[in-house]
Amino acid sequence: MKEGYKLIYQKPKTLREKRMHYCPGCFHATTHKLMMEVVEELGIQEKTIGVCPVGCSVFAYDYMDVDMQEAAHGRAAAVATGIKRMHPNKIVFSYQGDGDLAAIGTAETIHACNRGENFTFIFINNGIYGMTGGQMAPTTLEGQKTTTSPYGRDPKKAGPPLKMCEIVSQFEAVAYVERVSCNTPANARKAKRAIKKAFEYQIQGLGTTFIEVASNCPSGWKCTPEESLEWLKEKAFPYFPLGVFKKPEEV
Amino acid sequence: MSEIKLMKGNEALAEAAIRAGLQGYFGYPITPQSEVVEYLAREEPKHNYVLLQAESELAAVNMMYGAGGAGARVMTTTSSPGFSLMQEGISYIACAQIPCLFANIVRGGPGLGTIQPSQSDYFQATKGGGHGDYHLIVLAPNSVQEMVDHVYLGFELADKYRSPAMLLSDGAIGQMMEKVQLPDPIEYKPDKPWATVGKKPGQERNYLTSLYIQSEEMEEKNIELQAKFKKIEENEVRFEEYKTNDAEIIIVSFGLSSRISKKSVDMAREAGLKVGLFRPITVWPFPANKIADIATRKQVKFFISVEMNAGQMVEDVKLAVNGKKPVYFYGRMGGIIPTPKEILTAVQERSRS
Amino acid sequence: MPAKGYVEISVEGCKGCKLCVINCPSDCLALKTSETNSYGLHYAYMTDEDNCIACQNCAVICPDAAITVYKKAS
Repeated sequence: MKEGYKLIYQKPKTLREKRMHYCPGCFHATTHKLMMEVVEELGIQEKTIGVCPVGCSVFAYDYMDVDMQEAAHGRAAAVATGIKRMHPNKIVFSYQGDGDLAAIGTAETIHACNRGENFTFIFINNGIYGMTGGQMAPTTLEGQKTTTSPYGRDPKKAGPPLKMCEIVSQFEAVAYVERVSCNTPANARKAKRAIKKAFEYQIQGLGTTFIEVASNCPSGWKCTPEESLEWLKEKAFPYFPLGVFKKPEEV
Repeated sequence: MSEIKLMKGNEALAEAAIRAGLQGYFGYPITPQSEVVEYLAREEPKHNYVLLQAESELAAVNMMYGAGGAGARVMTTTSSPGFSLMQEGISYIACAQIPCLFANIVRGGPGLGTIQPSQSDYFQATKGGGHGDYHLIVLAPNSVQEMVDHVYLGFELADKYRSPAMLLSDGAIGQMMEKVQLPDPIEYKPDKPWATVGKKPGQERNYLTSLYIQSEEMEEKNIELQAKFKKIEENEVRFEEYKTNDAEIIIVSFGLSSRISKKSVDMAREAGLKVGLFRPITVWPFPANKIADIATRKQVKFFISVEMNAGQMVEDVKLAVNGKKPVYFYGRMGGIIPTPKEILTAVQERSRS
Repeated sequence: MPAKGYVEISVEGCKGCKLCVINCPSDCLALKTSETNSYGLHYAYMTDEDNCIACQNCAVICPDAAITVYKKAS
């Protein structure tokens, strides 16, 4: 360190040494980093148990330095339910992509939300199945080209994209729902604040907390990381608006 | 305090689980076993266990994974179609080595089938209904008492080997009422250093997974699992013999069929036939060595497997006998329960030919 | 006048995604086009050490937490 300067930011100690395998620019990595900063700042590393999905983030346990369980595809909400019910005083989160949470795992997601299971959903929505090579997801935008919608998503065949924040905020027992993104420093800071709020509400026992991160997939979308940010702003945000959909009653 | 009560099989199973220190039950109603979750729901205010009626068996088995992985003593019960839904979860549980207890109160199938009892899930239980190389420890109770005893034994073996165990029961045993001696309650305080309960300072974080992307690592994991299953095969085989010492004809039967076959043995003896019953209590690990041993006895003429299915355990009997003596089969399907008389007739026909 | 801040970017940790470069308000960063790290990626580096204002935008946007930020001690 140069003389006369002080350290004001470094990689959180709660992120493990292992280099994250995510593609350059991927918001999985950004979200992992923000989540682990929150865990470090709240001092809850020894009380946190995470559930990771099947998808690009299947190795999340190699990056997040907290106890974790790998769930079968789609089942993270059920696995998190099992953990949190047994350990109500621990901080439990499920971390899922759009296939995991909104396709194969929809029933588990809906019912965990309806029961108000007191854990935090972190939902990475990038409108595509990255790990398996770029197929259509339930949140793929109309007209968006993927390997299984090579001519663009046709809502007549596939239905329109699913808006999960809008759906889960209907449930009475869900306490906090916010859609965020990491496409600008301002948005990334907001995303971190949202994650922190979600964990704090969990600690207060207020019910289900749900953070959707409108994310990118440069590899699947076949563009540069820089271009993926443009796509988010121009195409994704109009359909998946950022903001708070539900928050606890002011006491 | 142990006590003697008249109880229905399903309810005795539930009571045994409570006494064994059950900490989490995640299940879904399905006939003929819904009494288990109903009993646990009625008893819940008196105890500390977590009871959650899941939205499906698929959700239930994954809640088991989570809760069991977080160190709790967990159980679920279901019947055949529900057990099919759990197979994916069981494969994951077996690889991640999470101790937990299942019970399949088998009904007739395939498909939606009937609510009447059957034994047609033997293959699914013992040959692995889920994908990959693994085994469940499978106990086959044949009475309400064994429903109770096997809950204790199942939990114990699951913890001992860090492996899922199950009771392979059926609708009749689940529904019948018998006198049962309930065991003393256990104060369950396990030591599970691998459980995900929060990273301990100065130690590596715990994680549970079944993902081993490098083939070399996946093979290592499989070698580890196979070594464990071999140990279970060497140490945990259980069976019961009835009048086999001088028997010329050996009926091999498990669960409900074994109860009925026992009566057939007595009837056969009265009719002058030297019949005995060999009852596997663990159907995995299967008591192959003992059957192979019996097959070498000079007086033994043949084996006959009596089951309520199209012929499943008979294959394991054949493998064990290994060609030394003939192995026949008698069975009823679709929820029909054979009578002692028809089993006797089948035995007599075989002995005449 | 010494700069308000400076950053260190891990050569091997950087994936060359360029998000820090485009989000730096003072244009202090660029991708090293003449070299790659051992992963074959053009890593980001500080081109201008005089104008960093230690806003931390680069560190916040960096997906891989490859950036360490220092601020002038007052």
